[in-house]
Amino acid sequence: MTLKAQSQQMTEQPIDKANTDRVKQLSYRRAFMLVLKRDLTIAMRHKDDIINPLLFFVIIITLFPLGIGPEAQTLSRIAPGIIWVAALLATLLSLDRLFKSDHLDGSLEQMLLSPHPIFVLVLAKIFAHWLITGLPLILIAPLLAVLLHLDENSYTALLLTLLLGTPVLSLLGAVGVALTVGIKKGGVLLSLLVLPLYIPVLIFATSAIDTAALGLPYSGQLAIIAALFFGSLTLAPFAVGAAIKVSTN
Amino acid sequence: MPKPTSTPLISAVKLTCIREERLLFDELSLDIHPGDIVQVEGPNGSGKTSLLRILSGLSQPYDGIVNFKNQKINRCREEFQQNLLYLGHLAGVKGEMTAEENLKFNLALHGSCDNNSSVIDSATKNEQNTLAYLAKVNLSGFEDSLASHLSAGQHRRIALSRLYQSNAPIWILDEPFTAIDKQGVASLEALFTGHAQRGGCVILTTHQDLISINPDQIKKITLDYSYA
Repeated sequence: MTLKAQSQQMTEQPIDKANTDRVKQLSYRRAFMLVLKRDLTIAMRHKDDIINPLLFFVIIITLFPLGIGPEAQTLSRIAPGIIWVAALLATLLSLDRLFKSDHLDGSLEQMLLSPHPIFVLVLAKIFAHWLITGLPLILIAPLLAVLLHLDENSYTALLLTLLLGTPVLSLLGAVGVALTVGIKKGGVLLSLLVLPLYIPVLIFATSAIDTAALGLPYSGQLAIIAALFFGSLTLAPFAVGAAIKVSTN
Repeated sequence: MPKPTSTPLISAVKLTCIREERLLFDELSLDIHPGDIVQVEGPNGSGKTSLLRILSGLSQPYDGIVNFKNQKINRCREEFQQNLLYLGHLAGVKGEMTAEENLKFNLALHGSCDNNSSVIDSATKNEQNTLAYLAKVNLSGFEDSLASHLSAGQHRRIALSRLYQSNAPIWILDEPFTAIDKQGVASLEALFTGHAQRGGCVILTTHQDLISINPDQIKKITLDYSYA
């Protein structure tokens, strides 16, 4: 939601002083919606993109009770960590597809050469990525939390941290993907680049959920995740745009 | 024929390009005026694609400047890109989308709705136009086929269909004839001639001779790695 609000805000700025027709044609919102719609269409026709990360998420989480044992107390103690680590890895798994196919078939070049500023197009792609991978994780997380006997008080905290945190994963991950997209086997490098950036989100998210389980206020941790979210929302698209320019050079 | 007095659409000043520690070209200067059809020639690996990418602003030259109407392209990127149509080796066509969706996206991405914004409002007219452009590249009947189900040549044709709509004066085309049949090549050549007559310019690389274009009209740039 916040992402959308942001994009609408940006459309207010006129781009081209010359003629109003051009402004209409080149409105940020139109460009944003255009790329968003395209990426969602492609994802719907290529369902692997949606199912793979989700399946991975579910499998990891269901394996833990099997490996550790069914004691409710142990599971509920480690539940926040498991859910968040799984979400993080599921996102990492899906990142590669964010720009790879566009790079391989030349669409990325065409986006760079379009008169629209690249950060708008990139932001749309990242938003689409979040809708495809982040949102399904959030929707299924409460169900998996039941499996892990997550403390009742923690559900709201779990959802809130995921809601604020998964976009951060998509945004920061996009920077890493953009940097490695030109490299043939960039997978390992991508993990090395991106995982350290994910650690703050992981720490504050799990800490918020743990605090909530104790019945204490966790707004401090949430505020930090929100800060990470807005920070990456405003800066990442520019970094990604610049990185793509370097990668295609 | 070129009019030397007019402002060049694109001019390059002393371009130097180095790839993999090899000097591809050095001190390459050229002026491209409205009405020019420029064919870049040279053996494989001689830097044709590199030159086109530098002219389109996708790559940075090792040294030298590219100007658009006497302004550095980095200074007037937005304006330059509105005046540019670049088609690379890779067609920029998504296999998961139909021919029609691909063309529509490409047109909208480049903000090129001709005859001004009225077209945007009348969606039906837009639709007819899209179909008409696909018909021009012999893809009628394939509008709703996924691009991944089409042949290599048809794939290429989807990308090329943009040319029929384009108002951009500068066309930079890297191997546009790859996988295109003889008839298709002939109609593209006719399109290039028409574009040049309307005051546009075409810069292309191809290993074929351009048959139906008057040889006097073609300017040739030959890149030859050996003498560099």
